[in-house]
Amino acid sequence: MDNEVKSILLAGVGGQGILRASDIMCEALMEAGFDVKKSEVHGMAQRGGCVTSHVRYGSKVYSPLAKLESIDIIISFEKMETMRYLNYLSKDASLIVNSEKIYPPAVNIGDLPYPKDITKLLQERYKTVQKIDATELAQKAGNVKAANVVLLGAISNLMEINSAIWEKIIKKSFPEKLIKMNLAAFQIGKTA
Amino acid sequence: MKVLMSGNEAIARGVYEAGVRFAAAYPGTPSTEILEEFSKYEGVYAEWSPNEKVAVEVAIGAALAGEKALAVMKHVGVNVAADPIFTVSYTGTNSALVIVSADDPSLHSSQNEQDNRNYAKFAKIPMLEPADAQEAKEFVKLAFEISEKFDTPVFLRSTTRVSHSKSLVSLEEPLPHQDKTRISYNPEKFVMVPAYARLRRVEVEKRLVNLKEYAEIFSENKMEINNPDVGIITAGMPYNYAKDVFPDYSYLKLGMVYPLPEKLIREFVAKVKKIYVVEELDPFLEEQIKAMGIKVIGKEIFPYTNEFDPGIIENAINKSTKPSTASVQNIPSRPPNLCPGCPHRGLFYVLGKLKVFVAGDIGCYTLSFMKPLEGLHSCICMGASIGMAHGMSKALKEKGKGKIVGVIGDSTFIHSGITPLLNMAYNKSNALIIICDNSTTAMTGMQEHPATGYTLLGEKTKQLDLKVLVSALGIDNIRVIDPYDLKETRNAIKEELAKDGPSVIISQRPCVLFKRSKLKTERALKIDPDKCTGCKVCLGLGCPPISWQKIEKKEGSKREGIAMIDETLCNGCGLCMQVCKFGSIS
Ligand SMILES: Cc1ncc(C[n+]2csc(CCOP(=O)(O)OP(=O)(O)O)c2C)c(N)n1
Repeated sequence: MDNEVKSILLAGVGGQGILRASDIMCEALMEAGFDVKKSEVHGMAQRGGCVTSHVRYGSKVYSPLAKLESIDIIISFEKMETMRYLNYLSKDASLIVNSEKIYPPAVNIGDLPYPKDITKLLQERYKTVQKIDATELAQKAGNVKAANVVLLGAISNLMEINSAIWEKIIKKSFPEKLIKMNLAAFQIGKTA
Repeated sequence: MKVLMSGNEAIARGVYEAGVRFAAAYPGTPSTEILEEFSKYEGVYAEWSPNEKVAVEVAIGAALAGEKALAVMKHVGVNVAADPIFTVSYTGTNSALVIVSADDPSLHSSQNEQDNRNYAKFAKIPMLEPADAQEAKEFVKLAFEISEKFDTPVFLRSTTRVSHSKSLVSLEEPLPHQDKTRISYNPEKFVMVPAYARLRRVEVEKRLVNLKEYAEIFSENKMEINNPDVGIITAGMPYNYAKDVFPDYSYLKLGMVYPLPEKLIREFVAKVKKIYVVEELDPFLEEQIKAMGIKVIGKEIFPYTNEFDPGIIENAINKSTKPSTASVQNIPSRPPNLCPGCPHRGLFYVLGKLKVFVAGDIGCYTLSFMKPLEGLHSCICMGASIGMAHGMSKALKEKGKGKIVGVIGDSTFIHSGITPLLNMAYNKSNALIIICDNSTTAMTGMQEHPATGYTLLGEKTKQLDLKVLVSALGIDNIRVIDPYDLKETRNAIKEELAKDGPSVIISQRPCVLFKRSKLKTERALKIDPDKCTGCKVCLGLGCPPISWQKIEKKEGSKREGIAMIDETLCNGCGLCMQVCKFGSIS
């Protein structure tokens, strides 16, 4: 029985629209005919803390959580957060790394430096690392808040879902007046 | 039709599909969304009760009156509600009563990691445990059926990972609600005085025997015989983790974790060679199975603490302890923090600077235990602050005079702070209690409570007046302050601590995220880089938008850096303006 399950990790900071993005991703996977499960942690984590969501899909998925060293694709909504989850990535993982930096408290008050040379370290270790300035690209599309959809556009190139499905789900996910802007954000992310 | 649902959404849906229209709860992660979702369905009655004990009692009352009812809480909520739960087990439910306990392995957002399967055994109440959203929906329906059939309350146990994971769920046509309510009298069954309770006690044991029989044929206790070399006995989410890594082993998946189907377990054991019991937290199944005289492998290889994942099970069974090749990088941590403009910040900034012990409680304000505020020194359970402050001040006598403060949120005060405050008046306490009244239950996501003046269903209602209540409990020294005013806050605390007898300060200011807040957030503040001396005093507020950066030292200047405010985050509360001694913030 061929039941290959793919695992995606979305990581970042509370308020970046990560859970919304993983919801849209799951709806699209479902529409494309996959079995899909996702997990996330609410609660304390939301007050400016780390937020992650695991998304797993295939013909039959059991666990909503991926094990260590098994993530196929990570989208990191914040640059340094990528580093927190390297133990989850498989050797051949693809990385999509947003260049946005959100300083944690210790960096904010000058006690610790923001980690340096992140991209270099990642590129040494992994074959496919895509840097993307999602915030700037979202601004181009009309609203910085659409950075999460820009990132979905970027990851769509690595997933087995056709554009018509993404479009349909994005239309379903936003109020009328935000649809055009989000579709544009998705397209910009896809071609970035 | 299939839709993507979280476990919590699916439980709400299942309750609705079962034709049940009555539910009561107190919020608590990871259970909160169940009632929020349920309350959105047409024609339901759903309420936030002041605490879990009241929620269960409300549900018992509805069931006694013939209405099927649901009560929902997080794991520690069951401790609060344990008193009625243990005795409704004796009386039975008349109609049907299901109690959802949402446990939190790994303590994602809780103060302990208790395994509430133990309550099922302890209270002699059957318990079902779903493994994903589809099962969550089906199992809650089965729970109502079992409750009605056996005249027993039924537990449905979820965990954070079931409640907050999403997966595909097939929806069904909801059953219509049937009104079977009536007033019926049955003192032998519902007046639990010793004489009647002794009789009911016997019924409970008979019911357990019947439930054990039922467990043998219960459709959700499922055997999957594949490879006979290894058999895994498991329940709930760990089943999915195990299947993920060992799809070819044999499984006995228990949908009912109490009471256990002994014959079915023996049948399974006879079919496989080596048996593992895979369960998070306590060896609940393992101990019972071992007591049947069956040899199984359990907690000698699986951890007692924290939730599992597929890798933990794989490594334990394969005995591999290979260290992860890509170790986690050492990067700065990102702890949760009070929001910019949070009304708790000013209060705890002041408390952290005074030489007092602050007996804390549970809510957003608990976060102020951290640096730099360090304004809270204990946290045990909801409501504990007041009793503990009183106990400390009594024990310390003169040594504690003017040094003991208890702090408690408004929702927490209503949940379980009223009785201990009454005790302080009654037993002549000397401590100071501060109620952090932010007009909402912020920690769990802005739920209504009796002092907000609105119900879960969005109706306006009688609004509790905290000041009047505190006065009625016998507290004479009461004042209301605005925690955005640091000077007033400091003075009020100092003055009340100097007084004899108990005092209460109500620190009043709505949560910045509060939807009905009339106060618009103020314009963002700015720091004048020429006036800032880089003294870092404003950093003591631990406010997210305030940062500090090194600058090049100029000739003759001692200034090493300056503070800055991120305008996109600042809510303009003005605390930093008050602490800045150089007038550089405006
Ligand atoms: C017995 C119990 N029930 C529920 C919870 C979950 N919980 C923690 S804090 C809290 C309410 C906090 O509200 P409030 O006291 O108003 O403080 P705020 O978060 O608004 O500052 C709840 C419901 C718990 N920890 N224990």
